[in-house]
Amino acid sequence: MVNIAEQPEGFEGQGFFATKLDSAIGLARSYSLWPLPFATSCCGIEFMATMGANYDLARFGSERLSFSPRQADLLMVMGTIAKKMGPVLKQVYDQMAEPKWVMSVGACACSGGIFDTYSVLQGIDTIIPVDVYVPGCPPRPEQIIDGLIKIQELVQNESLRRRNSDEYKKMLESYHIETL
Amino acid sequence: MAYLNNTELLAHLSQSLGEKILNQEDTFGMLCIEVNRNEIVDIISNLKSDENLKMQFLTDLCGIHYPDNKGKELGVVYHLHSLENNIRLRLKTFFSIEDPTCPTLTSVFDAANWMERETFDFYGIQFQGHPDLRRILNMDSMDYHPMRKEYALEDETRTDKSDKFFGR
Repeated sequence: MVNIAEQPEGFEGQGFFATKLDSAIGLARSYSLWPLPFATSCCGIEFMATMGANYDLARFGSERLSFSPRQADLLMVMGTIAKKMGPVLKQVYDQMAEPKWVMSVGACACSGGIFDTYSVLQGIDTIIPVDVYVPGCPPRPEQIIDGLIKIQELVQNESLRRRNSDEYKKMLESYHIETL
Repeated sequence: MAYLNNTELLAHLSQSLGEKILNQEDTFGMLCIEVNRNEIVDIISNLKSDENLKMQFLTDLCGIHYPDNKGKELGVVYHLHSLENNIRLRLKTFFSIEDPTCPTLTSVFDAANWMERETFDFYGIQFQGHPDLRRILNMDSMDYHPMRKEYALEDETRTDKSDKFFGR
């Protein structure tokens, strides 16, 4: 039998199963993430391979790419972000609705990579918070899938109250991102 | 008309410009002449309208910075192409970094507009008479001209690189 998803902890009896709302929602969310690909260079090509039939990100419930930030759950930043692109990326992040996650794919997005130069942003985490970093120049599709699985773990184990916590709001404020 | 070669082109130029040619060289099969900046627009305009030369295409316009050439630190390089004669010509003009100004070529070639903006962006050369001299590639908030040699190439905000590993 194919195991589609791990059953969360709970009480089971004849004809019923009870678990925490956190776990149920986390389970549903983690297998139905809508990624927004923000692909600016070669890592984007690896992402295309990841979405293709051989690696097939759809197996992890991320079939549906969202090309509008407003419906996306996961921002995948793949490639060099020039300083001039920084405000654009930040605006895309701002437009995403909570809860939202960010995956930084490749050396350039994570740290500026080989582009240690005046025109390139030295890591997207200088302007938006990042949940998972995928190293590589560029990373192989397996690594991008590994990053997505790490995001799924975060989504499954996240408390429903996390986004309302003072800690989270403070973190957003440290990036000068407005909170409601 | 047969195609021109560099010798014939130089003969044409010597005849029409004479003393205005400060320097000339033939590198990589391409003729290059140095002229004064206050004459550059007239010279290029005449090359464009010349019935024999027909230098009607501005391939490129860029800046250059030689910090050791005292009094001639900054320069502007123009690449012209005569499509009919199948020949190219490079013109250079140099001036002091204390007075980084140059007349605009936009009155002759509209293509010079963005190229001059780029040259201003990276070298801080003020093209006088340019219709819209703003930065074109770098962020508007950048407060220096990054291709000048006194500025480091590396980003100053990067913290994960230790100088001792990079010879800095």
